[in-house]
Amino acid sequence: MSLDKATVRRIAQLARLRVDEERLAPLAEELNNILGWIEQLNEVDTDDVAPMTSVVDMTLPRRRDEVTDGDRPDQILANAPETDGPFFVVPKVVE
Amino acid sequence: MTELTDLTIGEARDRLAQGELSAVELTEAHIEAVEEARALNIFITETPEHARAAAAASDARRGRGEAGAMEGIPVAIKDLFCTTDVLTTAGSHILDGFHPPYESTVTANLWRAGAVMLGKANLDEFAMGSSNETSYHGPAINPWRRAGDNRSLVPGGSSGGSASAVAARVTLGATGTDTGGSIRQPAAFAGIVGMKPTYGRCSRWGVVAFASSLDQPGPLTRTVRDSAIMFGAMAGHDPKDSTSADRPVPDFEAAIGKSVRGLKIGVPKEYRLDGMPDDIEDLWQSGIAMMRDAGAEIVDISLPHTKYALPAYYIVAPAEASSNLSRYDGVRYGLRVPGEDLIDMYERTRAEGFGAEVQRRVMIGAYVLSAGYYDAYYLKAQKIRTLIAEEFRRVFADIDLILTPTAPSAAFALGEKSDDPIAMYLNDVFTVPASLAGLPAISVPAGLSTDGLPLGLHLIAPAFDEETMFTAAAVLEDSAGFDSVPLQWWRTG
Repeated sequence: MSLDKATVRRIAQLARLRVDEERLAPLAEELNNILGWIEQLNEVDTDDVAPMTSVVDMTLPRRRDEVTDGDRPDQILANAPETDGPFFVVPKVVE
Repeated sequence: MTELTDLTIGEARDRLAQGELSAVELTEAHIEAVEEARALNIFITETPEHARAAAAASDARRGRGEAGAMEGIPVAIKDLFCTTDVLTTAGSHILDGFHPPYESTVTANLWRAGAVMLGKANLDEFAMGSSNETSYHGPAINPWRRAGDNRSLVPGGSSGGSASAVAARVTLGATGTDTGGSIRQPAAFAGIVGMKPTYGRCSRWGVVAFASSLDQPGPLTRTVRDSAIMFGAMAGHDPKDSTSADRPVPDFEAAIGKSVRGLKIGVPKEYRLDGMPDDIEDLWQSGIAMMRDAGAEIVDISLPHTKYALPAYYIVAPAEASSNLSRYDGVRYGLRVPGEDLIDMYERTRAEGFGAEVQRRVMIGAYVLSAGYYDAYYLKAQKIRTLIAEEFRRVFADIDLILTPTAPSAAFALGEKSDDPIAMYLNDVFTVPASLAGLPAISVPAGLSTDGLPLGLHLIAPAFDEETMFTAAAVLEDSAGFDSVPLQWWRTG
């Protein structure tokens, strides 16, 4: 399968990346080169193979569902581009 | 006198212990080396004042009899590890001005062991690259040059600044992270030792995430012993990383000096590539001979799915990256580019903040995870990953280690491969299979290419058997007797 400009535009939207119209065609070519190279995986029969879910043999640890950290709003806000009191500021979402 | 910057970690530790040297003296010598080597663009942030204070504190601890395993040892930290109140960039524009209010577990472990931070080392943006050329801060430069050729070479990547720092005698050791080869390939390109632990040995907490099921911190050092010392100080269970291995950290240094007599070393035929340079094949053969002469038994093995590891990796890693990097949205930290509305602000921030390779991978990742393509790509790749891991498990039932070259070439010149993503990806063809299977592996400098550049040999071990790996790596190191060093051209300008 080969990506066209419309698909690249849709992927860019999914990835929240602004892509200028004139970049769509060259990007489609770059991505198609990579995806074309990846197609070789189809040579491998994987019908009876389970997908890997954990790279090492281990059971994920469990713990009580309780607060173990927090109450440090100043640290959490310290790197934000824009804040107002104990809040992050973003462009208006609701009219 | 021997320059203090030429010491190994082991030698420096012993001289510090005997009182022949102070951490302050050792650190001052290295701060000078950092300043002299600025042409190599090793550091994104130098932290000399931090280092001086840490060295003085280290000497004070030693005076109280509280010396740790890395007491007074100056190191570089790959700028992917969060360090409290010290700029952490991940080599990206999008983390502009980010000063973490917390410390990664691995660096906290190193400071507890007494290590001294000289600065934050350059890297490929978000660790995505094999040449350090995707860094927003410009590439780190390899201290090595080809014989009779003054062109700048890449240090490999993504831990390129870390590799250059150690090879150029600017720091005694450095942290790196390895997702598909990002410690081992730069170590090979720079003539030093680079080690990727078993997945789970070193905590990923506080390390900027690239591909979480593959990322693993590890050390870059000049000797195998130094690798064992530094790794021991970095490793350990961490409840803050749910994939961290809850098992004791052995004394890795004790594995060095043991014999490889009777060990079975597998040599996989699938790692012999068409068009591989003769000097890589020759190096591999000499490594096989070294192990045999030291008493190991060489066993021909087959890992039939090896060729599919790299394309599978280029589905899994971008998929995880696209998810991990969704947090960079211009709201909570780093760069913000204003837009007409919230979505426009996200899109402009990410388009300006991420470089070309990161955008390419984020888009590949978003595509292979998107509705209708998930099964064809992502699920397929995770199945191939199962096959590769099973294949390793099968051969390790009969052998102890696997020996291969680390990379299919020596270091290349800046710009030589940066126009062709797939040519760049092929740098990791020998390192990616072990990454997909979560296995420990190490690169040891073992010879020079025909044009005078270092080449590395690569040992892969079963999960959590770093000790046997260190034993064999030390034997390879001794047998190879690699003692070449780069000319310090940057010191004379």
